[in-house]
Amino acid sequence: MMDAGIEDNSNHDFSGYDVRVTDAAQNGDTFVYVIKSQQISSDTEYRVEREFEDFEWLHHCLLTQEGVTGLHGIIFPPLPAKPGTSLSNSEAKTKKKIESLAMVDDWQMYCRALEEYLHLVTAHPVLVKNPAVHSFLKHRELPLKTKVKKGIFNKLTQAVEELRKEHHKDIDDFFQNERDSNLTLTAFTKAAVEKFLEIVLTEQKIAIACGHFSTALHLGIGQDDDPADYAFAKMCLKLSEVLDTVKKNFEKVAENDLNTLGFNLELHSRFQDAEKEMLFRRTCKLVDVETANKNLGQAKPHKKAAMEDIKKAADKEFDEISGMAKVEIQRYHRERVRAFQKALIELELAATCFCCSSTGWLSLNSSVQNNYIQNCTVWN
Amino acid sequence: MATEREPPPLGDAEQTDFRELEDGEDLFISTASTLESSPTSPEPASLPAEDICANSNGPQPAEISLDDDLEDLFAEATEEVSLDSPEREPILSDEPSPAITPVTPTALVTPRVEPKTIFVPAMFERSKEELEEEANGDSFDMEIVVSDPEKVGDGMNAYMAYKVTTKTSLTIFNENEFSVKRRFSDFLGLHSKLATKYMHIGYIVPPAPEKSIVGMTKVKVGKEDSSSTEFVEKRRAALERYLERTVKHPTLLHNPDVMQFLESSELPRAVSTQALSGAGILRMVNKAAEAVNKMTIKMNESDAWFEEKQQQFENLDQQLRKLHTSVESLVCHRKELSVNTAAFAKSAAMLGNSEDHTALSRALSQLAEVEEKIDQLHQEQAYADFYLFAELLSDYVRLLTAVKGVFDQRMKTWQKWQDAQAMLQKKREAESKLQFANKPDKLQQAKDEIREWEGKVQQGERDFEQISKTIRKEVGRFEKERVRDFKAVIIKYLESLVQTQQQLIKYWEAFLPEAKAIA
Repeated sequence: MMDAGIEDNSNHDFSGYDVRVTDAAQNGDTFVYVIKSQQISSDTEYRVEREFEDFEWLHHCLLTQEGVTGLHGIIFPPLPAKPGTSLSNSEAKTKKKIESLAMVDDWQMYCRALEEYLHLVTAHPVLVKNPAVHSFLKHRELPLKTKVKKGIFNKLTQAVEELRKEHHKDIDDFFQNERDSNLTLTAFTKAAVEKFLEIVLTEQKIAIACGHFSTALHLGIGQDDDPADYAFAKMCLKLSEVLDTVKKNFEKVAENDLNTLGFNLELHSRFQDAEKEMLFRRTCKLVDVETANKNLGQAKPHKKAAMEDIKKAADKEFDEISGMAKVEIQRYHRERVRAFQKALIELELAATCFCCSSTGWLSLNSSVQNNYIQNCTVWN
Repeated sequence: MATEREPPPLGDAEQTDFRELEDGEDLFISTASTLESSPTSPEPASLPAEDICANSNGPQPAEISLDDDLEDLFAEATEEVSLDSPEREPILSDEPSPAITPVTPTALVTPRVEPKTIFVPAMFERSKEELEEEANGDSFDMEIVVSDPEKVGDGMNAYMAYKVTTKTSLTIFNENEFSVKRRFSDFLGLHSKLATKYMHIGYIVPPAPEKSIVGMTKVKVGKEDSSSTEFVEKRRAALERYLERTVKHPTLLHNPDVMQFLESSELPRAVSTQALSGAGILRMVNKAAEAVNKMTIKMNESDAWFEEKQQQFENLDQQLRKLHTSVESLVCHRKELSVNTAAFAKSAAMLGNSEDHTALSRALSQLAEVEEKIDQLHQEQAYADFYLFAELLSDYVRLLTAVKGVFDQRMKTWQKWQDAQAMLQKKREAESKLQFANKPDKLQQAKDEIREWEGKVQQGERDFEQISKTIRKEVGRFEKERVRDFKAVIIKYLESLVQTQQQLIKYWEAFLPEAKAIA
């Protein structure tokens, strides 16, 4: 499948993709991500290098795709925040700390987040058909892109209008409920993410404190002549070993927490925002429809036909959006629950598995250590 | 040296358990078991003997009390016993009938005194029968519990009263189980009495818990928050450890002040322990003066052991302080973790409540519960970290201060001895000058003074050797205790770690079915 540019959609195979973001390398002051992908139906594996800008371009293309019915009813998979931008206060604090404590882990987490984004895009029945996706995954060079300044502009206008339209009552109970629950869930999810990341941070701090304690126990070990000091020193060394294990334990736990529930909650939180945006777009359309109706009612006879057209167009768009939205919402909830379940199970399994192994080590060693320590005092 | 030793008025020969002593078991166990065979009479009548013996030394230097003098001797004698084992049997059989013993030192070269006679003060004060009871089958068995802190009174005059319960089979006490109510200043008073009595002859007296004006004020004012309950609990535990350490010391256990503290329901209020009292300020001034003095004493150390030990303890002190800082930081973070886990649990619960999908909602609520339990676990572990380690370390840092104090006392004793020698020299010079002047009465006076100071020099040397011996023994005891204490704590700590992990597993395993049941 050689490609020189964006072509006719009919040539493309839209079977599932297997996408992996395998590496991140620093190139000046930006990072370059290596993306490997392979379509299930073919044997060819593609390897491309992309910067974050390219992801933004892809996202923009998805948002502005022409000729898709009810495009605005789609809940677009959320792009991870740009690395180095200011996230929410606590998240930024946490990410900063995590960066300094375990640089590698952070980039692995980020690669995983990008990978998840691409998974979500390629798994979406409508979005995968966008030729930009194809280009993104397979072309060495992407078409020249206009700087995506529009995004910011959109956000500004949205902010102003939001206040007016957000609370506009819906005509459909299903959607009204969805909007309400989205509002509550978004707030709670954000809070949960914040608190959970705090836990991870504290676990890492404890690991460091254990390390300090363990090192401090090594002090003063050297004078072996005095029997009391010798016994004492042996005990300290043993305790130091134990503490090293405790430290590794906490590091593992923190990593595990971050990789399972932490990752999931964070993604979930962004997805809630994406759903909110979609619902808002629909609400805006609803307002348009109602405005068109009102205008039609108030229109002077010579304008009536034009108004009628506008109204019809608005109605049609609105119906399309609503139709797509319903499907999307149901799909979203299904996926969300499934992802949550997976994360919780992974969290539990890793926690027990790890606890088991460390308990094993500790009990085994505890009896060994008890004997050892008892024997330390045989001197008299 | 042998000739200078005071004859012990009690010649109670024990033959049974010297072997044990040799094997290096805890001194007090062997000493306790040596009480088995019945002693010959320690009568109150022996008190005059004590006086006589003491007086045969010549005029006493003011500071050394009679009690202490005797105890020193017995301590010294004990040392002898453990070193000279093969000789003991015939010697012991030579034991003269005790209480009223000959005055002159030379007459009683032979008797070696078994360790039991360390308990001299008690023996002096109890009857023969009691001693026999005591001697029959006692092992060191004493359990002290400090509990039930109760606020007594109101406002700034309020104080916390603690219940001190003693369970023991030792027969030096009237009953097997008894309890009294004590307040913090009583403990301080006890420590102050013990320190005055024993520190300057080389015994390491366990330090009492520290005062805390801030902490106590909060309690007095009646703040019922968690920090004041924590403070009271911390203090209670510290008081318990203090008493346990004190009674573990064989000499201190039999001190009448200690026994009175444990047994009698009424105790005279120890007023001079108040921080801001006149006595308190006087103490601070004295401490400062001592510190200055210490710096100016340059001792000719003839025994390298002492220098080594001092250095060793200096190093230990540093190490313990550093350890204490690390443990405190660990405790702090664990508490933080507990707080954060609780906050997350609440978040998860709210999330679960607002979740429409029933199974997911239930799972999230379960998660919240698990996290709450984990939070409890973390709290408990934090307490374990704290009470096991941090407090032990700070106890030992303060104990080391007492140890250093004892070494300083030895220096002071040495200084006194040197001063006496210098004075003797001066008197001798004065006498030789008077030889050539013709003043017979002044000459006689000078000769008298020389004799007096000769006695003092002898006493000074004896004291110095005594304190050196006592310190060696005390340090040996301290070292054993230290290893034992840390060993016990480390084992407990490991056990608590294992337990925490096992609990964690239980909680998470209970959660799994809920997680699987989603969708």
